[in-house]
Amino acid sequence: MSISAKGAAAASIPLLFGNNINMAFGNDMSGSSQLGEYYSHFGIDKKMIQDIFSTALSYGGDYCDVFFQHTISNYIGLEDKQVNRAFSNIDFGVGIRVLKGDQTGYSFTEDISPKAMKLAAKTAANIASGSGKVDPIDLKLIKPKNYYPVKTKWEDVRIDQKIPYLQKINDKIFSLDKRVIKSSIWFIDQSSYILEASSDGLISYDYQPMTLSYVSCTAEENGKKENNSFSLAIRDGIEFFTPKRLDQLAEETVKRTVSLFDAVKPKGGEMEVVLAAGSSGILLHEAIGHGMEADFNRKKVSIFSDKINKPVAEKIVSIVDDGTNPSIRGSINIDDENIESQRTFLVRDGILESYLHDRISANHYNVKPTGNGRRQSFRFAPLPRMRNTFMLPGPHKKEEIIKSVKNGLYAETFTNGEVYIGAGDFTFYVKSGYLIENGKLTKPVKDINIIGNGPEVLKKINMVADDFKMAEGGWTCGKSGQGVPVSMGLPTIKVSSITVGGVR
Amino acid sequence: MKSKERKELAKWISVKLGKAGADESSVYISNSRKIEIEYRDGQIEKLKESTQNSLSLDLYVDSKYSSHSTNNLDRKDLEKFIEETVSMTKYLSKDKFRSLPDKKLYEGETDLDLKLNDPDYSKLETRQRVELVREVESAAKKRSDKLISATAGYSDIFSESVMVNSNGFIGEKVSTSYSCGAEATVKDGDKGRPEDYYYSRSRFFKELPSPQFLGEKAVDYAVRKIGQEKINSGIFDMIIENRSVGRILHALYGPMSASSIQQKRSFLDGKIGKQITSEKLTIIDDPLIPKGLGSRSFDSEGITSRKRTIIENGILKDYYIDSYYGKKLGMTPNSGSSSNLVFEYGKRPIKDIVKNINKGILVTSFIGGNSNPTTGDFSYGVMGLLIEKGKIIKPVNEMNITGNISKLWGKLVEVGNDPYPYSSWRTPSVHFSDIHFSGK
Repeated sequence: MSISAKGAAAASIPLLFGNNINMAFGNDMSGSSQLGEYYSHFGIDKKMIQDIFSTALSYGGDYCDVFFQHTISNYIGLEDKQVNRAFSNIDFGVGIRVLKGDQTGYSFTEDISPKAMKLAAKTAANIASGSGKVDPIDLKLIKPKNYYPVKTKWEDVRIDQKIPYLQKINDKIFSLDKRVIKSSIWFIDQSSYILEASSDGLISYDYQPMTLSYVSCTAEENGKKENNSFSLAIRDGIEFFTPKRLDQLAEETVKRTVSLFDAVKPKGGEMEVVLAAGSSGILLHEAIGHGMEADFNRKKVSIFSDKINKPVAEKIVSIVDDGTNPSIRGSINIDDENIESQRTFLVRDGILESYLHDRISANHYNVKPTGNGRRQSFRFAPLPRMRNTFMLPGPHKKEEIIKSVKNGLYAETFTNGEVYIGAGDFTFYVKSGYLIENGKLTKPVKDINIIGNGPEVLKKINMVADDFKMAEGGWTCGKSGQGVPVSMGLPTIKVSSITVGGVR
Repeated sequence: MKSKERKELAKWISVKLGKAGADESSVYISNSRKIEIEYRDGQIEKLKESTQNSLSLDLYVDSKYSSHSTNNLDRKDLEKFIEETVSMTKYLSKDKFRSLPDKKLYEGETDLDLKLNDPDYSKLETRQRVELVREVESAAKKRSDKLISATAGYSDIFSESVMVNSNGFIGEKVSTSYSCGAEATVKDGDKGRPEDYYYSRSRFFKELPSPQFLGEKAVDYAVRKIGQEKINSGIFDMIIENRSVGRILHALYGPMSASSIQQKRSFLDGKIGKQITSEKLTIIDDPLIPKGLGSRSFDSEGITSRKRTIIENGILKDYYIDSYYGKKLGMTPNSGSSSNLVFEYGKRPIKDIVKNINKGILVTSFIGGNSNPTTGDFSYGVMGLLIEKGKIIKPVNEMNITGNISKLWGKLVEVGNDPYPYSSWRTPSVHFSDIHFSGK
């Protein structure tokens, strides 16, 4: 299980720009007429869904769902001071899943014709081997709360409206510091339309916007080069990009890059570590989040298996996984198997409270699903996945936490992490931070890995500040070959001891 | 979609793009079929079958460049898609380095039979696949009484593609790929549930290892972690098992790309002809190995594949140069991505290397960590086995190695004779001296 914030750098980036989507969804329509628009958008109707259910369950499956998705992604890139590249991607299809107990049959098709869908339904049906007859299932519309309304949908924003944003960021970067020699900027937006129906008689639709801006720069000083990056990611429209935000992208990138010139490596080994508020939430994602995904616990392969209702941390520690934070990257109105989004307590006042469930695990444990059934796209069956994972604020002040450390590390920005959920070993990579000496931040540090054991590190969180902050970057979580957008957050906290990479 | 139909569609798109205003274009269409099975607790956990289409276009309009992909191959919808992609490209800045590869780079043999397509694929039935993965799980379950859970996995993919470049290149590919193995989780007293995996890959179904071997290896790898603990920081010899060497090789490979060099994000800028690792390292990029997992007769731009020496006795001989950044740097493109990597292998297996180690750690997995391509700084989490006086003493975990990647490779003292067969990077086990591990 891994997570990475390197959103945009890959070569195979797809995308798209405006005006080629043949649809117009009103914002002010009632749910049922919007449902009609989603039906016509995908070229289907209720009867076709009922027919899929009846084919999919014809060999005795317990449950079936269908997941229609149309995603339009656009990427615009700047390099060598010119907006000289653009990528687009259009993805369209339906995934059909059949469950029999804990078993999954899955197929998808990119051709939404009755014939192709029937073939896919039959393929998925094969997970069961008996017979079954299904009467037409009536579908009740779920209308979840919208946590990410946008003024303008991304496909209505033309490329020439976006290009000046990249140029402004680039100009600002070069004006800030003479040491900057190169910059690279990606501006990414995505519209995803989803229609999902499940054989328990539910249907829902969702519009999921996303934007990610990724800025990196290289600076040179006395023949030495350093490169660093900064990104902002959010489920919002172009109105998010105020002049202030564009400045922030440039300023943070330059600041994070030039600070590396003076950076040192700490002496490696165990030490006190203070995690800055914000993206330090990567600690929670790796140390506990993955281990609480219920598929691992159902298979008894997580270090948190059999620990529900047991104390795992001090009372000041409460950790949630929440899909309802307005506009945050990991938020979802509804999960990818028709369960409405919610806030789930992993740890409440130090006690382990709930796993993160999808329908399979909830059924296995005989509990309610928690809305964590997510998938990368219609090509994949859903799995229990995190949304926004964060710690609630505590009683301490940031200053008193730093002051309490004699020799330690203040970790501020991160690039990636990984966990082995059975052994509980996890890591996260500190891109930048500071040494703490006698209660004060002193020299900057860079490029060091931190490694620990999930349950042990949770017990060692002994100070939690009141300055909670959500991460802003484009975090993507990888599991079983599927990437999903997530976020994380943390107030400033102290871990009394953890192993920090460093020099001899 | 049949080969002829696919090629005709690609040519039709190429002509339409020209008519819509593209000066040049590259059209790539692929169709693939994939089957995946997971097997656990004596039953199928997941069975997935699907077919997939994709089209991608690279467009050059008046020295402006964009790239687009879609999975909708309907001709009527494509006409609209083509019009829109060409018209949006006009908004971008001109870039004189943007064009298709020089035609000279297409010369040579691009239709070699590299034996990438298993003729038995079409005869394979789902029943046989399920039987294989069932046997893997069964072998795993019998292997150890410490086992908590074993999941066996299998997948295969059949893919066909065509590429049509408007300046005269047409290339087709048909390939198969199989993967089979298992992951296992075992009890470690009250401490944890260590897990590991063993997965194989091959181009031909009958060349997969036996299910018995795969199931047992996965469990053995997990069992050897039982009792793992962090030990005191210190200086050790480091041996890395062949399958994990890719992680530290990647830290050398990223900075070898022309884009990293041109964008000043590479510590290997200006290092051609210079010593960048110990002389024990020689790496050859060989795209023409029959049945190779990274084999190809032309690359993703249509450039004819050739065998090249990348590092010879520690000296950097070549970068990975795609056509765009090659033009920007004034360097001849030679392909922007690696194919199969083969090494000058050593004489001894890893178990013999271990016998000569006085105080060392045999790294079996990396966990997390990263490297900085601009400076070569790295820091990785490791787990493995402590070696004292030539013997494996106990498993260790929760440690980091940190430093500079070029300096690390400078400490390479021996290369094993054991190429890892399940990856296009056929890495041997490697032995480094004088490495600092941070632990307790």
